[in-house]
Amino acid sequence: MTAYRFAVAVMPKEGILDPQGRAVEQSLPHLHVADVSGVRVGRRVELTVEAPDPLAARATVERLAGEVFSNPIIEAWTIEALAPEGRP
Amino acid sequence: MRVGVVVFPGSNCDRDALHAARLAGAESELLWHETPDLGGADLVVLPGGFAYGDYLRAGVLARFSPIMGAVRDHAARGGLVLGICNGFQVLAEAGLVPGALLRNASLRFEHRWVRLSVERRDTPFTSAIPAGRELRLPVAHGEGNYFLPDHELDVLEARDRVLFRYAPPEGNPNGSARDIAGVLDAGGRVCGLMPHPERAAEAILGSDDGLLVFRSLVESAAAATSARAAAVVA
Repeated sequence: MTAYRFAVAVMPKEGILDPQGRAVEQSLPHLHVADVSGVRVGRRVELTVEAPDPLAARATVERLAGEVFSNPIIEAWTIEALAPEGRP
Repeated sequence: MRVGVVVFPGSNCDRDALHAARLAGAESELLWHETPDLGGADLVVLPGGFAYGDYLRAGVLARFSPIMGAVRDHAARGGLVLGICNGFQVLAEAGLVPGALLRNASLRFEHRWVRLSVERRDTPFTSAIPAGRELRLPVAHGEGNYFLPDHELDVLEARDRVLFRYAPPEGNPNGSARDIAGVLDAGGRVCGLMPHPERAAEAILGSDDGLLVFRSLVESAAAATSARAAAVVA
């Protein structure tokens, strides 16, 4: 078994109200930052999976991304493979 | 009728629900979420609160508690389930009622009295509510903004599965699509409801309209039991 490390990014789907993104965007003028739009706030989950090979590890992460980390009605996810923990 | 009120770590309306069920004439008990057994309950209540601290998303971690398998089986057999507030979020995350509950459009925790129109009275959750009567109940939530894609909302409405809507003058407190405050599953035996009937079960609390929901459930269960007994005799 090998340890594989992943990051899962979960974002509100297109067209879904993102009140956090809207709040961040509306506060930017207070920082005197202009010309910023389309702010969306999501979530990032990092995890290590022990598996015989990278495909099996990714299958576990895909299952968790779809069933736990995101709600498919309102959120979409993407998976990124990371370097193993402790290595750059 | 036996009512089981599930206690998740972080539930905080469990005792209120227990009390309201008893006021309506039911035997009721608390069910710890780690025990995958409903103790013979006819109605399972998933109460309000902040199960698992609302971590990750409100309701999602509670969905994996051991008792939820028993709740799912109970629902599949046509058993009654009422999810209130956080309990509605748990039911939605578990896929036992349709939809998702987003952050309130106001971005604020909304804690106030609302008025509900009752869309159907031929359900176990609403049968004791007099015709034309609206319910005055409190809401207290940060994520109660009901969402489903438009075409799925059309289907939900066409199948009469919207049970409660926010009504004027107080109106919609959280931005919910089509003012939806409560929905039914396909079989009409599982209800998710954002406002708190158990917090408005005695006049001294400002309203006892919530008791009508619990009375409906108790009376429906009694009617079902006597119908079964009559069938056995026949």
